[in-house]
Amino acid sequence: MATTAAAHHEAHAHPTGLRRYLFSTNHKDIGTLYIWFAIFAGVVGGLMSVAMRMELANPGIGVFPWVSQMLAGDGSIDAAKNMYNVFITAHGVIMIFFMVMPALIGGFGNWFVPIMIGAPDMAFPRMNNISFWLLPAAFSLLVLSMFVEGSPGMQGFGGGWVFYPPFSSNTGAPGPSMDFIILALHVAGASSILGAINFITTIFNMRAPGMTLHKMPLFAWSVLVTAFLLVLSLPVLAGAITMLLTDRNFGTTFFDPAGGGDPILFQHLFWFFGHPEVYILILPGFGLISHIISTFSRKPIFGYLGMAYAMVAIGFVGFVVWAHHMYTVGLSLNTQRYFVFATMVIAVPTGVKIFSWIATMWGGSISFRAPMVWAIGFIFLFTVGGVTGVVLANAGVDRALHETYYVVAHFHYTMSLGAVFSIFAGFYYWFPKMSGYMYNEAMAKAHFWVMFIGINLTFFPQHFLGLAGMPRRYIDYPDAYALWNYWSSIGSYLSAFSVLIFLYIVADAFMKKRVAGDNPWGVGATTLEWTLPSPPPFHQFETLPRITGSNH
Amino acid sequence: MTKAAKHSWSARAGATIAGLAALLAGSAALAAAGYADPGQMGMQESVTPIAREIRALHDGVLMPIITIITLFVAALLAYVIVKFNDKANPTPSRTTHHTGLEVAWTVIPVLILVVIAVPSFRLLTRQISVPASDLTVKVTGRQWYWSYDYPKTEQAAAFGFDSLMKADNELKPGDIRLLSVDNEAVVPVGKTVKLLVTSSDVIHSFTIPSFGVRIDAVPGRMNESWFRAEKEGLYYGQCSKICGKDHAYMPIAFRVVSEQKYAEWVAAHKKKADAAKAQSADASAAR
Repeated sequence: MATTAAAHHEAHAHPTGLRRYLFSTNHKDIGTLYIWFAIFAGVVGGLMSVAMRMELANPGIGVFPWVSQMLAGDGSIDAAKNMYNVFITAHGVIMIFFMVMPALIGGFGNWFVPIMIGAPDMAFPRMNNISFWLLPAAFSLLVLSMFVEGSPGMQGFGGGWVFYPPFSSNTGAPGPSMDFIILALHVAGASSILGAINFITTIFNMRAPGMTLHKMPLFAWSVLVTAFLLVLSLPVLAGAITMLLTDRNFGTTFFDPAGGGDPILFQHLFWFFGHPEVYILILPGFGLISHIISTFSRKPIFGYLGMAYAMVAIGFVGFVVWAHHMYTVGLSLNTQRYFVFATMVIAVPTGVKIFSWIATMWGGSISFRAPMVWAIGFIFLFTVGGVTGVVLANAGVDRALHETYYVVAHFHYTMSLGAVFSIFAGFYYWFPKMSGYMYNEAMAKAHFWVMFIGINLTFFPQHFLGLAGMPRRYIDYPDAYALWNYWSSIGSYLSAFSVLIFLYIVADAFMKKRVAGDNPWGVGATTLEWTLPSPPPFHQFETLPRITGSNH
Repeated sequence: MTKAAKHSWSARAGATIAGLAALLAGSAALAAAGYADPGQMGMQESVTPIAREIRALHDGVLMPIITIITLFVAALLAYVIVKFNDKANPTPSRTTHHTGLEVAWTVIPVLILVVIAVPSFRLLTRQISVPASDLTVKVTGRQWYWSYDYPKTEQAAAFGFDSLMKADNELKPGDIRLLSVDNEAVVPVGKTVKLLVTSSDVIHSFTIPSFGVRIDAVPGRMNESWFRAEKEGLYYGQCSKICGKDHAYMPIAFRVVSEQKYAEWVAAHKKKADAAKAQSADASAAR
């Protein structure tokens, strides 16, 4: 393989512009595209969340008539109510499919999995290209869905990212908007499945000599587990939404009780995908946090094998807990008992990971560089999100908290604070490697503190709202909930401001061009990417590295 | 702009401090009946055995355990930050294994989960097993209101009615914006009420926090749940499954009254409901 790569090398001139990016087969360029796309989608989805928090800052309806006027040309209260629901739907879909997944899997995964395992590129470079370019197509379909009819006389589909029929079928939303969303998810799903096949093939077949699976860096492990989750869960979603599509357009009745179908079947199929999906969002973060903790503690990862197999265990158990999202649909007692039990089991491998990260830091010589600060913040915030998950796992208590803001707080602590903090930690960790430039580190820490305070202020009070019974997906609420909604909104403005700091940091780094050097992080950074120049050459490892000994 | 009164900054700050003080003092004492208090941070008042048990499990078992775990992790992080930073500890250790520790942090969480599981499974069983009931109420979710049907009894024939949210301009003093309805459902105090819940269009979810009840209204399905309210009063809930533009505008209001008052209400309501039904039948025929 090494010789082929070398022989071909001279023929590969460095393409530029459109040829470099649109036709790219280079894993690093494709990774860069994914990251830019994720930043763009994150800003869009983030602006939507700020609009929703502005609406919720005070009781009554104040902001969405304007939003609806702008997007739908209809400033009536009814149009505003519908547009709010369209926003919660689009915010969820964008953040999951077009922000977190492209950033962690497509972006960091593409960039660093081949390098970490000592491979010159991904196994299927052309498939890698189509994996990325399907995403902007899917995103366009999703945006289009907001501008066509959903419910009668209303623009866009407002049924939440879970698309439960009959609201998503012809009963609730007969217009073409839902069809656009189904097609968007099909295209995004195809993109992810192709990407996952690529990662599995790359990791199984292209590891450098001596790089056994048990010596493989944890980030590669995490992407491997994630890729398996994608390959096994996304086809189920594809099946479910195809059934929905035929229900909507071709007269089938999979989910229509009038024809012998069952709306709950959709929920089972959706969550059989949806629960693994939340682990898809967080597992790559787990992997890269391990590297950051180890690098800046100047210590090898504590309990490497335990960490790797904890991720495998989380991935496996993640497939058998789906109905804990459905405790209130009328499941039988024994079904609920089983799902309570299985869900609680997940807390154990997750606990192993949290404690192993702390044990990695224990006895270390920690330097508090920006990525490390983000990683420590991640550990704490993910713990908060994790323990509220244990509360919700109990079907008996979930009866009181299901579909309330407690759930919103829980999954934003794991996703918006967990996954997103891991994305920023990874970004600040690998930005010098990817770009060759160092960012302003003081600003990166300022970004951390503003976002940490802002996002905690946003989501912590939502626990109170949920306990007090405020349902989620509400454009307006009884006045008793005004106080904590107000503070939550203030927090979201602060978080939005922190994103501006982030964009400034990126722009500043590219303008100032402070050279980062091969390894800005010192002796703790032991994975292969730090042996390469920053940025790495267009094709690395033309002579494959040999892995001897073990870091662990 | 919003219809709500504009709160001044100082009033808001005062309310926040009061809320935080209430948290420290245990906000339970402040909880009003049937709906949330301004700035409430804990669960609503429980008036059924199930709601009390939910609250006991959450406030008495889960909340302390998760608080301790979170503080424990925070303390560990603070300790390593202080003790093992590069100034305090310039030479890192190379320890990467400690079997005892690894077994401990696997086994201890399992034990904690067992401690949680025992009361949790007991509660779940009691929630789902509907006891012999004194009264059955059928609840139908619709876009965007609720319909309640009462069965035929010895005193009266079966009757039913729709329950819609009062618009802002219909609110009377004492009503609560977004919660008060035109027709409340009425049930007798201390009686076991079985709920049969379904929907006529999309999925809704029937919820009353004070009763500890939440059950989805699914078209084509008849779900069941139950409660036994032990205190008279008016208890509110809100639809808990997104169902379209007026999802936030289909509250649930159950009035718990003495048995005698309940009998009077049944007698009176039957007539009223019959009249209303005739009227709506005319209206739909005209449509």
